Amino acid sequence: MPEPAATTPPLIALDVVAVAFARLLRRRGVEVTVEASVLYGEALAAVGIADRDRVYWAGRVTLLRRIEDVAAYDEAFTEFFEGVHTVDLRAPDTPAITIALDSDEASEDAAGDEDTSTRPSLVVRWSPSEIIRQRDFAAYTSEEFDESRRLMADLRLAGALRRSRRQRPTSRRRGRPDLRRTVRRSLRAGGEILERSFTSPGRRPRRVVLICDVSGSMEPYARALLRFLHAAVVGHGHVEAFALGTRLTRLTKELMSRDPDAALAAAARRVVDWSGGTRLGECLRAFNDEWGVRGMARGAIVVILSDGWDRGDPDLLAEQMARLSRVAYRIVWVNPLKASPDYAPLARGMAAALPYVDEFLEGHNLASLEALAEAISR
Amino acid sequence: MVSSFSREDLSSVAVVQAALTAHEYVADEGLATAIFLALRLQRPLLLEGQAGVGKTEVAKVLSRWTGGELVRLQCYEGIDAGQAVYEWDYARQLLHLRAVEAVGGPVVEDELYSERFLVRRPLLRAIAYQSQPPVLLVDEVDRADDEFEAFLLEILSDYSITVPELGTFHAEVPPIVVVTSNRTRDVHDALKRRCLYHWIDYPDFDRELAILRVRAPHVAETLARQVAAGIEALRGLDLYKPPGVAETIDWAEALLALECRALDDAAVDATLGTVLKYREDQERVRSHGIDTVVKRALERSA
Repeated sequence: MPEPAATTPPLIALDVVAVAFARLLRRRGVEVTVEASVLYGEALAAVGIADRDRVYWAGRVTLLRRIEDVAAYDEAFTEFFEGVHTVDLRAPDTPAITIALDSDEASEDAAGDEDTSTRPSLVVRWSPSEIIRQRDFAAYTSEEFDESRRLMADLRLAGALRRSRRQRPTSRRRGRPDLRRTVRRSLRAGGEILERSFTSPGRRPRRVVLICDVSGSMEPYARALLRFLHAAVVGHGHVEAFALGTRLTRLTKELMSRDPDAALAAAARRVVDWSGGTRLGECLRAFNDEWGVRGMARGAIVVILSDGWDRGDPDLLAEQMARLSRVAYRIVWVNPLKASPDYAPLARGMAAALPYVDEFLEGHNLASLEALAEAISR
Repeated sequence: MVSSFSREDLSSVAVVQAALTAHEYVADEGLATAIFLALRLQRPLLLEGQAGVGKTEVAKVLSRWTGGELVRLQCYEGIDAGQAVYEWDYARQLLHLRAVEAVGGPVVEDELYSERFLVRRPLLRAIAYQSQPPVLLVDEVDRADDEFEAFLLEILSDYSITVPELGTFHAEVPPIVVVTSNRTRDVHDALKRRCLYHWIDYPDFDRELAILRVRAPHVAETLARQVAAGIEALRGLDLYKPPGVAETIDWAEALLALECRALDDAAVDATLGTVLKYREDQERVRSHGIDTVVKRALERSA
């Protein structure tokens, strides 16, 4: 570590340091609010800048709001305060991901052109939504994809209702006595209790957890399914979204943005194992350990969108599915390959997981996603 | 100086660290800085981390140190203002109505909604305190629902609560607020923005040992070292639920109760249930070999 006293001018404005560092963090994809950077300036003033550890922790405590950002913070910290430029390992992957998502837009980059040239030359000028709804995602042209994105925005995903612990006033004459309202109403009658009030438990939708396979074998579907994830997350209701490949990535935050393009681009940046291999068992284990069993999947409807091709150990997958099924309300498996008439769940992963699946659906086109939305709300 | 608390004395992170140690909490540099800043900048502190790393304990030690009452609000789904802020004592109100009626007097509404019938719940207690600012622990905030979170945010932004019938309670000096979350869902951004954030990690060998010395002082040094090393070995085994600090202390106590002087295969086998709470995890350790765990622990602690 360089000695701060030697390298910094005697009167360095801490707020300038704070703002500059916050900007670097934002460039590295960490969400930093203005309020947080101001707080950071105050924190620096409080701990001083003489001690490396203090400066490090002051920033971590004030600028970050989730543990996932620590790696980016560490890199930025090293670069900013210690003058070391680290190699961003994720950089080579980023272009490939951007292409995959931007190709449906006015394709200005070379890869976009290549994309259209390799497609079967089927030109649909007018696409009635009924045809679109039935067409397999893998066979979509760019125009159809655009159209489907518009249709998908209308999809609403809400989990089945369950009893809530929150009490609501009811006009019925049974349930839990509502003393608060009883006393209030008695005052209108000069303190005479003419009517008793009651409450009963309300109802609220169950949480829905969507886990989408983005590995190589799912590539034809991943784009459309990710759009589906986005529509689900921005709609009402409690929906969590994850991407799964060789590792598990939580996308709920990235998909929150109302603008589909911004949301999908943010999601693509976060997923580093796009179109790679699949390790279903390990990813599900990560989900169970980090999120699911700890509470997210409890009483929830868990939807796994995957073709079930798994390079990992099927026993591990079965074990993790068993764990998941013990906490989840329902497990729905969506497999785009199921639509093919001669499909049989022979992929090792699929066969291992199937005993724990409550509902096995196809997810190859819009109509089947509508069916999925319906199944979730049951 | 270390044992008594005043905000003026809060000159550096070292002061916080010393005070926490004096009150039996071993904090690392990161947590000490987080606590120091929370106290200095008067911000709530949001703590996340695996179960059993001592999140709740932070609030308790702050209460011991500052002398402020520990006000705990355990969140759960459906928690509402009546359980978190205040409620009227309806049964007494009804009795009062009856009594007034019996003597034939008029019912005065103000009388019915006076301090006498007010039941103070944790949030109101934390705001409308008497002398020393209390320590407010909002435990497992992720279990509460959105409605409640919005409500909590309101209180944490201006530290005042209005009871329509009585007026507004306001805390001149805000209480010390510790919010914990298990991350079963995302806490709202607005709430996170109000707070400082710290993720408590599992302690390393040295800190675990320091914690054992403080929390289980009657456990002999050699055994404590072996337990800390054993826990470290177990955490490296890719378990569903790696043991937390609470388990470490339980384990040391259990071994002590069985009069073990040193870690050996039989003792570990007999006490595995105090450390690992999943059948799958116990099986994994047994198939991995208890003897290898013990061997690693003995080597590490030597």
